[in-house]
Amino acid sequence: MSVLVVAELTHAGDFHPMSWEALTAGRELAGQLGLPLSCLVIGGSLGDRSAEAAARGVTQVAAVEHALLSAYTADGFCSALTQALGQIAPQYVVFPHTYQVRDYGPKLATAVGRAFLSDCTSIRFDGAEPIFVKQVFQGKLSADFTLAGDAPRLFSVQSGAFAADAERPDSPAPIHALAIELDEAAIRVHPTEPYREAAGTADLSSAERIVSIGRGIKDPENIALAQRLADALGAELAASRPICDSGWLPLDRQVGSSGQTVKPKLYLALGISGAIQHLVGMKGSEVIAAINTDASAPIFEVADYGVVGDLFEVVPELLKQLEQS
Amino acid sequence: MKIVVCMKQTPSKDSILRTSADGAGLDLSQTEFETNEPDSYALEEALRLKDEHSAEVVAITAGAANTTTAIRDALAKGADRGILIEDDLFAGVAEPLATATALAVAIRKESPDLVLTGLQSDDVGFGQTGVVLAELLGLPHATLIVELRTDGATLDVKRELEAGWFQRLQLPLPALLTIQSGINKPRYATLMGIKKAKKKPLDRLPLGELDAAVSPGLVVQRLYAPTKQKTGTLLTGTPAEQAAQLLTKLREAKVL
Repeated sequence: MSVLVVAELTHAGDFHPMSWEALTAGRELAGQLGLPLSCLVIGGSLGDRSAEAAARGVTQVAAVEHALLSAYTADGFCSALTQALGQIAPQYVVFPHTYQVRDYGPKLATAVGRAFLSDCTSIRFDGAEPIFVKQVFQGKLSADFTLAGDAPRLFSVQSGAFAADAERPDSPAPIHALAIELDEAAIRVHPTEPYREAAGTADLSSAERIVSIGRGIKDPENIALAQRLADALGAELAASRPICDSGWLPLDRQVGSSGQTVKPKLYLALGISGAIQHLVGMKGSEVIAAINTDASAPIFEVADYGVVGDLFEVVPELLKQLEQS
Repeated sequence: MKIVVCMKQTPSKDSILRTSADGAGLDLSQTEFETNEPDSYALEEALRLKDEHSAEVVAITAGAANTTTAIRDALAKGADRGILIEDDLFAGVAEPLATATALAVAIRKESPDLVLTGLQSDDVGFGQTGVVLAELLGLPHATLIVELRTDGATLDVKRELEAGWFQRLQLPLPALLTIQSGINKPRYATLMGIKKAKKKPLDRLPLGELDAAVSPGLVVQRLYAPTKQKTGTLLTGTPAEQAAQLLTKLREAKVL
């Protein structure tokens, strides 16, 4: 019995940084339950990655290496991991909640006959069973879950919810290469090389100030108002996903899990409710201010300064007072 | 070509959520519902394929009794038939395996060429039902799809990866895709569409009549307002006063 953390490699072959956040969650859980902590590395050609995982303060590294895992496919990864979980027989399996895990995690859980608790933000230990906390209803509510049923129990952790675990190079763990068999014919999805679309001109990551708009802007014609405020503050204009989905601003102005991650001195959110996907992209900002009509909007949970009010009343006032000063 | 679209109705965006007396569920008696927004992109892809390839589009939902909002919406926009799997199990925080198992029983009977779902639901947001459903149906799947092309035998899709990366995938039909928001511009229902929808078939299947029992794996202990990550300052008064305070605070914090 152990707590097993599944580390992820990017298509470039490096560790996905969220792997070490999952390791922190696994370490907390293993410590509380008095179980050994192990790490699984999976890919087509692991190179030094297994040794790097072994220097992370774990008791064991399971290396799952197969040529058919070189390109990620849900079919290949599920088959390999089903075999690996059978051999390791862990009590808990921790995944980073990456796009890749979103693609195969629920399938793997179903294949091994288990539930999967996706996107946890914290774990509490105040009873017999660990309590897994997840945000629901777009962050308007939190939910405490327990996992029922037999081992292995599977869950994933949200980006940024746990600090990344540090290297501990003085105590390398043993590495076990697991023997797995994969059938090329059983891999039904055929992926091509990942590519990056021509990057736009907006590099929001280096902006000192950002004025960002959400659904509350209501109409593309109103974007001019936000742009005027951005100009007056010396800020870049950005947006939450729905604004870019609607084509009101280009995709390179999108902040959030599917857009850019920003850490400006000032992040001023106009009419943004603050869904989790948006918050993970901006909650590291030095000062966050938010204007929203809905007092229960999750954006106010991360805001240093909150204005519950109509942006169409407050922003013109801001512009007027900025002109006067 | 037959396309099944999985739909859900979720509390409308501005609704105030009240937890039930036992703290582990929701009191939805006063709540307004709307079509789960990510599902509207999946529906639009199905209707677009119908326009191009003359497909039959079946909208299916698992919900409490009479949760017809999303299905009626789909029928009004152009879906041909609706299926509603009814049970109070689906009224609150239903786990993905339970929902997908019920959907799988009904979808198997349809033998569709393509199953589409939204990326996730805007209520519980596990983001799993589509992928679990694919596994239960034995179908290949791909998630976060931002472009979809088909020749009737295979799919050529574009999948969103993280941080501005994308990937193209080929997969054989039948298959399941979860659709990313922004892939298309969902159409509005026309008055004529709403009128016609009333005459379209809507099958109601009580969950108890399906062989879809699942033992619980995820147990909700409590639902509650989230604890604040920061203790922020709320600025009150007239808009002019709020604006003045905000500028003062931002200058004090030396970010202006």
